[in-house]
This record gives sequence, C-alpha cells and structure tokens, in this order.
Amino acid sequence: MAKIKAVHYINQFFAGIGGEEKADYKPEVREGIVGPGMAINAGFKGEAEIVATIICGDSYFNENIEEAKSEIIEMVKKYDPDIFIAGPAFNAGRYGVACGTIADAVHKELGIPVLTGMYVENPGADMFKKSVYIVSTKNSAAGMRNAVKQMVPLALKLAKGEEIESPEEEGYIARGVRKNYFAEKRGSERAVDMLLKKLKGEEFVTEFPMPDFDRVEPEAAIKDMSKAKIALVTSGGIVPKGNPDHIESSSASKYGKYDIEGIKDLTKETHETAHGGYDPVYANEDPDRVLPVDVLRDLEKEGKIGSLHRYFYTTVGNGTAVASAKAFAEKIAKELLSDGVNAVILTST
Amino acid sequence: MVKEIERAGIPVVHMCTVTPISMTVGANRIVPTIAIPHPLGNPNLDFEEEKSLRRKLVERALKALTTEVEEQTIFEE
Repeated sequence: MAKIKAVHYINQFFAGIGGEEKADYKPEVREGIVGPGMAINAGFKGEAEIVATIICGDSYFNENIEEAKSEIIEMVKKYDPDIFIAGPAFNAGRYGVACGTIADAVHKELGIPVLTGMYVENPGADMFKKSVYIVSTKNSAAGMRNAVKQMVPLALKLAKGEEIESPEEEGYIARGVRKNYFAEKRGSERAVDMLLKKLKGEEFVTEFPMPDFDRVEPEAAIKDMSKAKIALVTSGGIVPKGNPDHIESSSASKYGKYDIEGIKDLTKETHETAHGGYDPVYANEDPDRVLPVDVLRDLEKEGKIGSLHRYFYTTVGNGTAVASAKAFAEKIAKELLSDGVNAVILTST
Repeated sequence: MVKEIERAGIPVVHMCTVTPISMTVGANRIVPTIAIPHPLGNPNLDFEEEKSLRRKLVERALKALTTEVEEQTIFEE
C-alpha cells in the first residue's frame, strides 16, 4: 500500500503564529508539518505522512463558520488525503468547536475519514461526538503525548478502513452507536450478575447507559418589562480595575459580585476584563462591549426596564470546569431570587 | 450558568457570538452578537454608532425575555 496521506488542521496558537491577538487569522495552508503535527507524524513511523497543515485562527473560524468551512474544504480537496486530522484541542472551546465543525464538514462533503481529539467537557465534544471520532484527551496541552499516542493508531485504522473497536478500547468519546456482538453469557445471566453486584455494593458496568439530556424548560416570559428588575451576569470576565478578587484568567475557581450603584458607564478607568481566552484589547478599552451597563442605564432612565440590579456577577469562562460554572450559577441564582430579580441578561465572549 | 439560573426560576437571555455553543449548553433564549472579543460592540464604528448598535442588541435581548418560547430559540431580529 502506498503511504497514507494525512492533512492536519491546527489553530494559530499551535502553529506558533500568536495567541489571542492573532485569533482572527484567516485559513492558510502550509505544505508539510507544523507544531503538534511533528509528534503525530513521528508516531506514524513512515506508514503515513502529513502532507499539508491548515492553520486557522479560532475566532476567525467561529465568527465566520460558513466561509471558513468552505475555504478549508477547498484546501483539503487539493491534497486528496486518506485521513483528515484536527487538533487535538484539549479544553480550548473555540478550537474544539472549530476542530469538530471542520472534521464533520470534511467527512460529509469529501467523504474522507476524519479524526480529532479534545477534552470531554469541550463544547465541541458534545456537538460532534456522534458524527466524528473524537479521542478523549486531558484538559490541557500537557496531555499532548497521550493524545498523540491514542490518535495515531486510530487515524491509521480509519485511513485504512479497518474496523473500529469500542470507545473503551480505542480511546475515543462514545458516539452513541450500538453494535451487536455475541456475548459469552446470555442476557438473563448477565442481568443477575449485575444485580448481585449492585446488592453487594460492588462496582458494575451497565450495558445500556442512559443518555444525559440535561435540558431546562424555558421560563415564562416577562409580562411587563417596564417593571422588571434585570440583572447582568457574564462569563466574559469583566471586573473592577485591578481584579480585586483575583479571578483567574482561565479555569476560574470563583466568581465576583460587584456593586454598580450610581455607575452609568463602564470605562477603561473603572473596569477591565480578567479573561485570558480572548483578545482583551476591546473589552479593556470599553467594558460595555461585554457588559452593557451604559445602555441598560439609559433604558432604565427611559422607563423601558424597571431597574438594573445593583450588582453584576462575573466569572471567566475559559477552560472553566462545567461543575464549577454550575456551582457558581446555583449560588448566583439563589441571591438573584432573594433580591427579587425578574430576568437575567448573560453575556459570553 | 444560563441553565442553572433558569432552573432556579429566572428567565435568562444568552447574548453570545458562537450560537452553536449556546445551543449545546442549553440556553433557551439566545441573541447572536457581533464578535467574540467584543460581543456588544464594534471598535470600527464611532462611539455613537457603536452605542446604538449595542442598544439595538440589548433591546433584542429584552424582546426575547418578553417572548414566550417553547423550545431553544435564536432571536436573529
């Protein structure tokens, strides 16, 4: 068999082009191997080769999904690869969404096998685990070695059209595909075994995990906005200048609650962003671009809303664990309820 | 966060640029915004234009909050 051709997709950061200030970098193709492609290519041990690397800024991709998709598909097409690999993206949200989106699109439009890798809490994982093989990685690039170790054999198998074993065996995130197989013991026996283990308090593995549809029913609409108390909440990290509570720029372990009584406008003198996951220049220049206090004050004055709640709540949604965000919001919601807040505007970057 | 606040009984409108993420997260009322680093602004506009753009988006968010929804809804206008 001829050498397998792979095309690799990475973001501006892993390409070494730059951080957030370069996140609007447009798609570019480079012949050969860039960044993490080195390790992947080495892992192929000559059986496959990365012939081209496509680089795209995370913000560019997410803000221009359709254009980015079609530009990148054209680039991939030229190389007619046997496998398309994206990432791994670990817990980088925009990168994960980009990897999932482009892998899914390449597979659907060009019929090429695709593979990506990311942390299970990356929003891209939930969005694409059904349609794309996503190797389950750690939540930071410190997990690169392990990720590559899992991705290389799976990529080779996919490229060769070999049978893919279960998620546990191959290390990818379960896709919700059910596969028939012959078990050694029949169902009734397995069920009794499981029940006995359960009764003894031992560990057992279900054969049919229930899907987790965590959805919340929409709350009823506000009847009279001119009487409603509106609160602002953000994951965009807007804090008083100097970040008095030291909210972390990523993987935030806390949220802040800040008084805005008498403040008509957030300015670069009074507020800034603590978020480390987007280019902070625009938010620092005018924090209203993330937390629209100025406009809500006008609407309050004009009687369009009843009032703007005296406090805003803020955290940094950048690689922050879902469990942390959930815990923050539970506490925030309790306070908002007891303060008589009727509705919330939550802004995200 | 959107989901937990709504679960507690307060309607929430989520203003964000990457609406597919908001859908995945489970927001029920979604207003798409301008760009990731400046969802409610556009540094290429002059100050007054930018503020009126922000006002338009916030008014759309208020409209979303006064609209009954049965399922996840993106308020494009």
